[in-house]
Amino acid sequence: MTSLASKTPSSVRGGLLDLNQLWRSLPQALAKLDPRALWRNPVMFIVEVGSVFTTVLALTDPSVLAWIITVWLWLTVVFANLAEAVAEGRGKAQAAALRAAKQDTMAYLEDGREIAATELKQGDVVVVEAGQVIPGDGDVIEGIASVDESAITGESAPVIRESGGDRSAVTGGTKVLSDRIVVRITQKPGESFVDRMIALVEGANRQKTPNEIALNILLAALTIIFLLSVVTLQPLAIFSKAYQAAAPDTIAINAHGVTGIVLVSLIVCLIPTTIGALLSAIGIAGMDRLVQRNVLAMSGRAVEAAGDVNTLLLDKTGTITLGNRQASEFVPVDGVSASELADAAQLSSLADETPEGRSIVVLAKNEFGLREREPGLMTDATFVPFTAQTRMSGVDIEPSLQSGEGRAVGAVAGGRQIRKGAAGAVIKWVGHSSDEVSEIVDGISASGGTPLVVAEKGRILGVIHLKDVVKSGMRARFDEMRKMGIRTVMITGDNPRTAAAIAAEAGVDDFLAEATPEDKLALIKKEQEGGRLVAMTGDGTNDAPALAQADVGVAMNTGTSAAKEAGNMVDLDSDPTKLIEIVEIGKQLLITRGALTTFSIANDIAKYFAIIPAIFAAVYPGLDALNVMRLHSPGSAILSAVIFNALVIVALIPLALRGVRYRPSSASALLRRNLWIYGLGGVIVPFLGIKLIDLIIQFIPGI
Amino acid sequence: MAGWLFVITLVLAVAAAYRPLGDYLYRVVSGRKSNVVERGIYRLVGVDPNTEQTWGVYARSVLAFSAVSILFLYLFLRVQDKLWLSLGFDGVPTHIAWNTAVSFVTNTNWQAYSGESTMGHLAQMAGLSVQNFVSASVGIAVAVALIRGFAARKSQTLGNFWVDLTRITLRVLLPIAVLATLVFMIGGMVQNLSGGTDVTTLTGATQHITGGPVASQEAIKELGTNGGGFYNTNSAHPFENPTTWTNWIQLFLILCIPFAMPRVFGRMVGQNRQGYAIVAVMSVLALASIALTVGFEVHGGGTVPQAAGAAMEGKDVRFGVPNSATFGAVTTLTSTGAVNSFLDSYTSFGGMMPMVNMMLGEVAPGGVGAGLYGLLILATITVFVAGLMVGRTPEYVGKKIGAREMKLASLYFLVTPAVVLIGTAAAFATGHNSTALNTGPHGLSEVLYAFTSAGNNNGSAFAGITVNTPWWDTALGLAMLLGRFLPIILVLALAGSLARQKPVPESEGTLPTHQPLFVGLVVGVTIVLVALTFLPALALGPIAEGLS
Repeated sequence: MTSLASKTPSSVRGGLLDLNQLWRSLPQALAKLDPRALWRNPVMFIVEVGSVFTTVLALTDPSVLAWIITVWLWLTVVFANLAEAVAEGRGKAQAAALRAAKQDTMAYLEDGREIAATELKQGDVVVVEAGQVIPGDGDVIEGIASVDESAITGESAPVIRESGGDRSAVTGGTKVLSDRIVVRITQKPGESFVDRMIALVEGANRQKTPNEIALNILLAALTIIFLLSVVTLQPLAIFSKAYQAAAPDTIAINAHGVTGIVLVSLIVCLIPTTIGALLSAIGIAGMDRLVQRNVLAMSGRAVEAAGDVNTLLLDKTGTITLGNRQASEFVPVDGVSASELADAAQLSSLADETPEGRSIVVLAKNEFGLREREPGLMTDATFVPFTAQTRMSGVDIEPSLQSGEGRAVGAVAGGRQIRKGAAGAVIKWVGHSSDEVSEIVDGISASGGTPLVVAEKGRILGVIHLKDVVKSGMRARFDEMRKMGIRTVMITGDNPRTAAAIAAEAGVDDFLAEATPEDKLALIKKEQEGGRLVAMTGDGTNDAPALAQADVGVAMNTGTSAAKEAGNMVDLDSDPTKLIEIVEIGKQLLITRGALTTFSIANDIAKYFAIIPAIFAAVYPGLDALNVMRLHSPGSAILSAVIFNALVIVALIPLALRGVRYRPSSASALLRRNLWIYGLGGVIVPFLGIKLIDLIIQFIPGI
Repeated sequence: MAGWLFVITLVLAVAAAYRPLGDYLYRVVSGRKSNVVERGIYRLVGVDPNTEQTWGVYARSVLAFSAVSILFLYLFLRVQDKLWLSLGFDGVPTHIAWNTAVSFVTNTNWQAYSGESTMGHLAQMAGLSVQNFVSASVGIAVAVALIRGFAARKSQTLGNFWVDLTRITLRVLLPIAVLATLVFMIGGMVQNLSGGTDVTTLTGATQHITGGPVASQEAIKELGTNGGGFYNTNSAHPFENPTTWTNWIQLFLILCIPFAMPRVFGRMVGQNRQGYAIVAVMSVLALASIALTVGFEVHGGGTVPQAAGAAMEGKDVRFGVPNSATFGAVTTLTSTGAVNSFLDSYTSFGGMMPMVNMMLGEVAPGGVGAGLYGLLILATITVFVAGLMVGRTPEYVGKKIGAREMKLASLYFLVTPAVVLIGTAAAFATGHNSTALNTGPHGLSEVLYAFTSAGNNNGSAFAGITVNTPWWDTALGLAMLLGRFLPIILVLALAGSLARQKPVPESEGTLPTHQPLFVGLVVGVTIVLVALTFLPALALGPIAEGLS
């Protein structure tokens, strides 16, 4: 349903900031001025303390400059809070809608009782009809319905949910649009997907991720250093001013040293406010991006780990290849015509509802024009189903009631018996084989295909070549992965030869053939032993140990609850390919933080050149040479730096929410690109910005 | 021309020594076999050379050894008049003895005293020179412990401090120092136990010329990036630095070990290219600094230098301007702090360069060992920011830079600026800046320089300030102590934290830390994050002076 949304990340909602959103988040941003909340963010806390200080100074010794600077310092804090509020707000709106839907929901139990959705227990069976909201997470056990999942996924196109198979799982809070389904509830009360999602998108119990903590430490250290650098400047300034006693007092410096307002301005401009203001918004938005792709991450740690993944374990079926093998060729043995073989194959597959069986019928029709015969009309036929013991299936046709369609091909007296199946089993059934048959069978196996031998009582007719069809575009994606330094390993139950052939066709780096859940677990442990981080997807209960062991375990929503418990992410779309996108989101999250940190630090250079001469040129006129931007006056220079510092936060909110552009490529290429944009940009942009602001504000009287 | 030749041959010689000396150091610190002397020492100290220490034990050993060294040296200086070869000097006064003891144990070699008129020969040889050796060994040992942290696979231990100390002293410093002593003696340095000679000068005055074991002390003074001169005028004294070519050798000795340390890093982490990257960062910063210093001095602004063709004041014609300026840059780029010219008389910007060199944290190439661990910390911080930009949890030579690593690295790079800035501000706030000869920007530079030198364990003196008062001795002593041992503790803690990690294998997605891009980035981070911190203070000192 949402593969549309996930394949075009640029179309993700909320990527662009609209002013309405800013306006709506304003009350929230003001509420966040509470120092008890703000002290968690040391950089912005310092700015707030500074703002309080300048407010007091402006009150006791009012001047135009003092008030304007004070206002802009407060705005700096508000803008930072706004960034966080907007990021949270997007989730909050979603959460509010979810919560409303959830509270109003009534559950209609199968036995006719009607209870509140919140009282549902695991195992309850409920009936949901068109227009009703599904009261809890569960599996459809009866019926088929189109369901509107937009409340969770944001995707308005309805999806089909039906009993049995891949599409049986439904999520509480979504709405049935048509028909009627019976759902068995699988969640525990209060632990539904919606509950977890509400907690997640609200960021209520958001915990800082490991890299975020480390970055916060660096920012705190930088803040302390700049604080020290500015505070210790004061005695030096007093000394210098006393030495140049004839120098006039200015708004920036007098006999008592640098004025409090300017000192605070300098501190605020130097400490990394840009990244400090946007850091938590980046984290919230990163989680939000996952939610928008219908992935529920149980922890932020898992999202970061996704960016670090070295090895991706991908199940062959459904991820690398289309769900099923398909018949691609009929290879008759000597003396049998291809159409004869196709006919027998088709007959034996009529009742075979497996995708492989259907593909045989389709191929027979496409290549030899054999019309599909309705198994129900062939009353003379007895179909022999596939069993694990016989490892073949087929059909027995009574001689007397031979259908008109049937040609008496080599009929054994008494009717026809046709079998198709694994080579060994069919040969045993026939009783003899030939070199030719073995040759064909081996050839097909070697090419990665699966040979199905077709035989009619007493003789082998030929071999059907079943082939795995690799999804289009997979090779390119794996190439991208390789560029990113990620090794892809294909997991399959096939024999090594088949696996090798498909692995080569798909372009994966490695494969694990004849894999049991234990093998999978062992492989993960082996990779981790070498220091690698492993990501995998899984849905079955026997995947649970491996999912738990993997650093990033993405459970399919259609999967068993054991798998969902074991993994640290759940993909609502149950799309195993999503793993690749999760990795990209994880990387994008880290890159956004790194890029804005670099930008923030690089900004300092220009600010030094604006403020230092502004303060001290009055004392040592020679220092005016440092005023490379030729700013209008000391007052306008300091104010321009402060305003730029505040505005750049607002300007970068969209980037923080959307994340920097990410293209899979090598680390060197990524670094080079981001350094040019955010490093060099971070050096140049403030020079231009400050100059521009100065050109405007120089007209304010009193500056 | 001669100036260029001097610098170019020096660069070539240091480059030539990189591999052989680095490889030799690598073998010394990773070797296991001990010789008779070493076994004797281990038995004497009561150490089992085969045991390995955790970072905590390693750090405690460093601190214990240094504490005992300070105490011993302090007492030694206090009672030197009771011992032999005191040349009739009194015991050193308390505050000077404290300052000097701390100064030599911390590899700073700040000299609040005048060598030839304070210290007897025994104090110089058995007190100060011994610390010249072991304080250098401590620096190298700590650097090696940090490298072991990077190289280790899930290990709790970082080697054995006592073994490292012994091996580095006996196998690296001692033999090279002996060789250098002989070379210096050939070059004309004095090496005797003379109490001095009274001579009548040309003008008829009498002068007391002190002799002594100069050449031997000089060798380790340079090799261990110590810088504490035998004479007050340090390497400007003709007995301590007779000719241009002894000047060249002194600089070579200063630079050879700090520049060879990255090789040890590369060898131990199993990727020589990582060593080349680090040495490239050091070289870029060092060459830029030397070029700027020489440039400022040769083409110096100001009336007098313009008239003389270069800034000649305070420089010995024996060496000339480029050699003197190079010496000034090199001794501050390392933690040597020796001088062969009067930095206080440099042009404003020329005098700012030694200060900036030290403010960079002395990482280009820095003191023996200390330079490498300082630069590895800066590289770690660079890796963190740059690593995020490639979308992975940052990792450096296979070790993840997580919250704990960042905490330690951030604290490390907080310490020195804090010590320098707080010290300087305290001097001005309390009026103790009044002992500076000058007022105005130059007076500010003199005070700032003193704390920069002490906090970074350089020991270089701008001069032009009286610092043997109790306040200055105490304050600078504290600055040296904090500037040395807080970083060492943090480095060892970082090493312990890295050692416990399992290395992450390198892939295409790993930030390459051996390419020019990364080298440039570390240079940039060093300048923007470290040097800019001091820009406000510098603006009121040398910059204000230079732009007036």
